[in-house]
Amino acid sequence: MPDISTNLAGIKSPNPFWLASAPPTNSGYQVMKAFDAGWGGAVWKTLGVPVVNVSSRYGGLNHKDNRMVGFNNIELISDRPLKDNLREIEEVKKYFPNHAVIASLMVETKEQWHQIVKDVENAGSDGIELNFGCPHGMCERGMGSAVGQEPKVLQTIVEWVKEVSTIPVIVKLTPNISDITEPAQAAHAGGGDAISLINTIQSVIGVDIDQYVPYPIVDGQSTNGGYCGPAVKPIALNMLKNCAQHPGVDIPISGIGGIENWRDAVEFFLLGATNVQVCTAVMHYGFGIIREMIPGLERYMTEKGFETLDDFKGKALGNVKTWEHLNLEYKVKAEIKEDKCIGCQLCYIACEDGAHQAIRLSEDKENRVPEIIDENCVGCNLCSIVCPSEGCIAMVRQDDGQKVTTWNERMNSDDVPTTFNDERAGGIGHFVPEPTDALGMG
Amino acid sequence: MSEFKRPASEEEFEKNFQQQKPLMNETEAYYESSRCLFCYDAPCVKACPTEIDIPLFIRQINSGDISGSASTIYASNYMGNTCGKVCPTEVLCEGSCVYNEQNIKPVEIGRLQNHATRQAIDEGKELFELAESNGKKVAVIGAGPSGVSCACELRSLGYTVDIFETKAKPSGLSVHGVAPYKITNEEALIEMDYLKKQFGYSVRYDSPIKSKEDIQNLASTYEAVFVGIGMGTTSALNIPGEELANCKGATEFIEVLKMNHLDVAIGKSVVVLGGGNTAMDAASESARMGAESVVLAYRRRADEMGAYEFEWKLAKGVGVQGEFNAAPIGIVGNGKVEGVRFRRTENKGGKLVEVEGSEFEIACDMVIKATGQRKQVDFLSLIDGLATDEKGRIEIDAFGRCGDTKFFAGGDAVNGGAEVVNAAAEGKMAAIGIHEYLSS
Ligand SMILES: Cc1cc2nc3c(=O)[nH]c(=O)nc-3n(C[C@H](O)[C@H](O)[C@H](O)COP(=O)(O)OP(=O)(O)OC[C@H]3O[C@@H](n4cnc5c(N)ncnc54)[C@H](O)[C@@H]3O)c2cc1C
Ligand SMILES: Cc1cc2nc3c(=O)[nH]c(=O)nc-3n(C[C@H](O)[C@H](O)[C@H](O)COP(=O)(O)O)c2cc1C
Ligand code: SF4
Repeated sequence: MPDISTNLAGIKSPNPFWLASAPPTNSGYQVMKAFDAGWGGAVWKTLGVPVVNVSSRYGGLNHKDNRMVGFNNIELISDRPLKDNLREIEEVKKYFPNHAVIASLMVETKEQWHQIVKDVENAGSDGIELNFGCPHGMCERGMGSAVGQEPKVLQTIVEWVKEVSTIPVIVKLTPNISDITEPAQAAHAGGGDAISLINTIQSVIGVDIDQYVPYPIVDGQSTNGGYCGPAVKPIALNMLKNCAQHPGVDIPISGIGGIENWRDAVEFFLLGATNVQVCTAVMHYGFGIIREMIPGLERYMTEKGFETLDDFKGKALGNVKTWEHLNLEYKVKAEIKEDKCIGCQLCYIACEDGAHQAIRLSEDKENRVPEIIDENCVGCNLCSIVCPSEGCIAMVRQDDGQKVTTWNERMNSDDVPTTFNDERAGGIGHFVPEPTDALGMG
Repeated sequence: MSEFKRPASEEEFEKNFQQQKPLMNETEAYYESSRCLFCYDAPCVKACPTEIDIPLFIRQINSGDISGSASTIYASNYMGNTCGKVCPTEVLCEGSCVYNEQNIKPVEIGRLQNHATRQAIDEGKELFELAESNGKKVAVIGAGPSGVSCACELRSLGYTVDIFETKAKPSGLSVHGVAPYKITNEEALIEMDYLKKQFGYSVRYDSPIKSKEDIQNLASTYEAVFVGIGMGTTSALNIPGEELANCKGATEFIEVLKMNHLDVAIGKSVVVLGGGNTAMDAASESARMGAESVVLAYRRRADEMGAYEFEWKLAKGVGVQGEFNAAPIGIVGNGKVEGVRFRRTENKGGKLVEVEGSEFEIACDMVIKATGQRKQVDFLSLIDGLATDEKGRIEIDAFGRCGDTKFFAGGDAVNGGAEVVNAAAEGKMAAIGIHEYLSS
């Protein structure tokens, strides 16, 4: 059995699956239930001066029959008095000494930061997470993402916290920023022991077209909220990769955003996360999803021969390059496996209208299997992405793999298009029909 | 009824008995597993006699952890693959899927189950942890679903297990009884091969336990004995003419069909007597073997039949005709069957009575009696201290134990004839009972 215990900047937990700071960690009751179900750690719902919330707080994005592919909330931090939370943290640690309990914090003044850090330490927290991410409600008060978007302010607050804390400090970053590595470096510079990302993305989830107001509706009105759930995973992965590759961010990372099964978690590990945090999936399905995550991760590790999480942490990072270092000689072309084709012709119309006119229909009207026009196929993958039949369209390598030329190399040898009608344009030689062919006038 | 021609080759047999629940391809499994809502306290789990964690195994298929999925299934039910094929899911897991409440097709749990377990079987995945040997030996009588499930659980607890089986093949009625359109013989047997390899119990085929002496030998060689012998042959109707050629018991007819496929005698016009699931199977099978007419005759009304409604629909769908309120009073013929005589019945004040003077005859050249199976009471009476109830079912306590003997029991011999999944649950329960008994 592989060892899936983790150590994030000194915070140990029996497994890498933590609950993110959010409603599932609102109370000791929930955290205990989660640990009992198998979760390895929990970041407590953000503590500070308790807030007052509105009623009608969430909105969901459905895609066809798939519910909650995205999720949006306009909730604030904890609305429960600090002393109740502290008592419950203490209680949880009594029953689960080996599980990680992290106190998420958000306050304003230096004095408040010093006070609350001491309070949560005394309650037995294993670590602190600074919530510099909340993109609604709190930022207008100069907290949350208002801090996360100002690296200098962020660094100062991290320093305040580090002045008094004796337990590891995680800095939770907001994705509502153009370069995530800036606040990440500030977190590092301020003495932060780790970063976590991402918090929610500022969003409007949808609009009620009869009442003329976005969701969620509070007495006929609404406000922007924070977006999370499966749909944000690609954004989180990119930010994770950016931080993990950055030499100025030499501290461990806790990955968050759209994780709902073992496979998602593995993707985060491969891009450099030390552990992962989950919110939306638990709000959708409950703590029970951990039953799928742990055995799935263990089996993956067993099959790959990994004994610890460190064996594959960041293993994909070396394969993520900037664009100009990709091999321009590499060529793939689509290939349709006739026996798997169900005749929907989505690949045809996708390529025809949305890409490079490299798929034709059969002359035989009875035969619904389209054909690839090899000369026109640029290997963009679109057809294989729209194809509803598993394994039907394969992208098959055409070059012999011997030659590597990158944009960078071509730049250095002055072999790139430089003028508007340059003969070296990549598209030269690609077949493009005459405009009038579209009207059958060809 | 000309829908089915008598199959002349194995291919034609397979066509006539086309699998109702064929294996899924990757796309189908992915889409279907995506449909599962991951209900909390899921009704499907409660509807499964072995309580498989269904939402979990489906989620594992969806996230690509097929072995994990098979592991989840086998952790609750050692007949995981067989059950995916043969369980009456319409009235079990799938029947309780919450989608039914919305008139949406329930998740195809049975087929998803096969998708995962079949892959584990084909790839010989090692999913089981066996405890170290505890030096104790247990004998199992019968390599049917109950016996094999008991053996697997005992092996995982560290016992050495020897199974004694009358027949030449394992799996009991899965291979000898269940309708060929539910499961192929090959499919029933590969799970047995897989389990035997994974768990390492021994099976002695062609080794019936027959005599008092055999039983005493087992009792003195083994610390405990599990009795998973299922049921006996078809009971007699006690009407004239039963001895005529072409008057067969349903389970005997089905066993020949299952073992020989093409080489089974089938009439041109068949009358099946009975209203249970076995009667439905026998009628369907006769039609699929090319009988020109098949009449299913039952003593009571159609809606009083013991068979599941979907089984009757299936039989009707292949051309079986129903004859209800018809009590057989004699089988007529000269040496061989020429017809069955019936008397009409009616319900008088809650009692079924035969109507004098209402006799009629249905001509046929074959009769299949599907009117229940005998219990093996004669054999069971050889075991001292083992008691049977008035219906001949073995009496057990909450741990599957027979009185204060070292004998335990489960499956059809105890429940009087249920499903494979019940036998799987009871065999495993008895193993836990045996473990308790031998550990205290
Ligand atoms: C026609 C028919 C169709 C069915 N269809 C379905 C279906 O579609 N789905 C479903 O779930 N269930 C079905 N069932 C029921 C299901 O097959 C049984 O409930 C299940 O097989 C019972 O398992 P068991 O282990 O108790 O007994 P069995 O399967 O009967 O196995 C008992 C085994 O013990 C052996 N044995 C008996 N006596 C001795 C002895 N003295 N010594 C050594 N070995 C002995 C037998 O040879 C046999 O292999 C069907 C049953 C029948 C008859
Ligand atoms: C309703 C709700 C409330 C949240 N509250 C907090 C919070 O108090 N503090 C915090 O740091 N993050 C909060 N988050 C953000 C989550 O911790 C997490 O970063 C985000 O939801 C992305 O993860 P996910 O895709 O798994 O949901 C909240 C998210 C939701 C949906
Ligand atoms: S989930 Fe539904 S029942 Fe629970 S608090 Fe929210 S609105 Fe109320």
